[in-house]
Amino acid sequence: MRTLAARRRHPAATALLLLMALLVTGAAYTALVPDRADASIAPTVEDALGDADRGQDLFLANCATCHGLQAQGGTGGPSLIGVGASAVDFQVATGRMPLAQQAPQAPQKPVVFDDQDVADLAAYVAALAPGPAIPEPGEVEALDDPEAIATGGELFRINCAMCHNVVGSGGALTQGKYAPPITSDTENRHIWEAMQTGPQSMPVFNDDNISPEEKQQIISYLDEVNTTPSPGGWSLGSIGPVTEGLFVWVGAMVLLIGCAVWLGAKSS
Amino acid sequence: MSDIQLSNSGQTAADEPDGGRTPVRFRNPGLPAHRHRNADVDPRAAKRAEHQVLAMLGLSALGTIFFIVAYFAVPLDGTFGTLQLSNITLGLGLGTGIFFIGTAAVHLAKTLMPDTEMFDERHPQRGTQEERDDAAAIMVQGGQESGLGRRPFVLGGLVGAAALAPLPAVVLLRDLGPLPGDALAETLWDEGVRLALDPSAEPILAADVTVGSAFHVIPENLYESEHFLDEKAKAAVLIMRVDPGVVQYDAEREGWDVDGIYAYSKICTHVGCPVALYEQQTHHLLCPCHQSTFDLTQHCKVIFGPAKRALPQLPITVDDEGYLVARSDFLEPPGPSYWERG
Repeated sequence: MRTLAARRRHPAATALLLLMALLVTGAAYTALVPDRADASIAPTVEDALGDADRGQDLFLANCATCHGLQAQGGTGGPSLIGVGASAVDFQVATGRMPLAQQAPQAPQKPVVFDDQDVADLAAYVAALAPGPAIPEPGEVEALDDPEAIATGGELFRINCAMCHNVVGSGGALTQGKYAPPITSDTENRHIWEAMQTGPQSMPVFNDDNISPEEKQQIISYLDEVNTTPSPGGWSLGSIGPVTEGLFVWVGAMVLLIGCAVWLGAKSS
Repeated sequence: MSDIQLSNSGQTAADEPDGGRTPVRFRNPGLPAHRHRNADVDPRAAKRAEHQVLAMLGLSALGTIFFIVAYFAVPLDGTFGTLQLSNITLGLGLGTGIFFIGTAAVHLAKTLMPDTEMFDERHPQRGTQEERDDAAAIMVQGGQESGLGRRPFVLGGLVGAAALAPLPAVVLLRDLGPLPGDALAETLWDEGVRLALDPSAEPILAADVTVGSAFHVIPENLYESEHFLDEKAKAAVLIMRVDPGVVQYDAEREGWDVDGIYAYSKICTHVGCPVALYEQQTHHLLCPCHQSTFDLTQHCKVIFGPAKRALPQLPITVDDEGYLVARSDFLEPPGPSYWERG
């Protein structure tokens, strides 16, 4: 400690302090910036003609505690009658269900079931009552048509951007809930299913509100923004002008203060 | 203590609040002794500083050359990748070229140029009496030569013209008007105007709005108006369908919804951001700008945030063909409060 105190007037001390301030700012920023959700998602359930009987067994073992023995709903979970295969595929194949604990929002986590399990569960729930089906792979394919991408962008800005951010970076809702980011790791099928079924806080955007063609245009827009490199270099999470401004402001401020200190310091 | 002259005006030290430790006046301590820099006393240090300056200038020259090379070497083929590379290399080259000229100049001044302290005493700024008299005489002579004293009408005309000259600036204030009149309180919504999807303006069938849905809505006749963006800014509406009984019963709003389909202004009553973050489980509407939260189950009353008024509800019904239509305009002005609103 004494040697440290003796060196506090060392010419390098100012530079060292500035460097430390910069590092602390950077570390605090990294700690505070929202995480990108890790979407490790199982491959598609194409031609997954599930076995409803096996699905019922899985349901009774894994889901019935909250959703009830006949999927009629219970204290912990809503009724699944009529939600359709689409909702099951979204919730289970993104790892949101089964729920690990009661929380403001079910987070995305590693998927518990394999493709066949998901298909079986979906088949069981679909057999209870008619509901939205899992979309065909062709319906959710991202189009490379500039017009579709532009229209999708307009629809996304009107219907989705206020929660999910204008390039799908996600955003906060009330009381711990949030709209998750939609990244290049997100399956197109799940984007479609989320619009169709309105999971958790998200409202439903049925085919009369946003037609299947428009849903595909929205997916095309998201694919475009997720695959376009950031022309400015660093995207800083694409969460808007505040982070970008703060980053430049802090960086420029440190540089300016460093220059001012150096200008004012007497040469040794 | 030798630099400080203590109070000696007859008071004793005990009379003073701080026991006489504060001096009556401070003496100018003068400049500290001049400290020679390494480069002043050590020829090797001077040589080193010179090399450092040269190195910075060399770095600057390299940066400039790098800019020119990068300008020709990085092809711009219209993709973001090459544009990014070009921006970064050009910026680095130009920045290095200019920045290190500055640091070299400062380093030269700090280490090698003379740093002896210099004095320049202040001198009185007032001119001599003779100069002042001359100046006054010039003014008086100018006034007499202008002849304004002998020609009162010219003087009057001059004063009048000068007084009128600023008036155009006052008249231009009229361009801030005209006053909005009822424009802030009236929207395109009226009895029988169909609710339509934003942006396609397709009318909405009541049966298509399923429970849990949120539709972003504009008046069907929006695009017919001349300034449709102005109209959209007032008339934007969000409709949501909830299960019957979720919304508290209010006799005054009887018949304003269609089987649980509620239409509310999408313009926040705080400063007018679009309130469109609808949480279909809590039935809360959140404004993304300042987190004002409105509760649909209590007729969009403010439950959090800086907004003061509830979102205005648009009374709706269905027409003969089953499409959603407005029953009237909003019953109160949508959007932020303003002076005349009272």
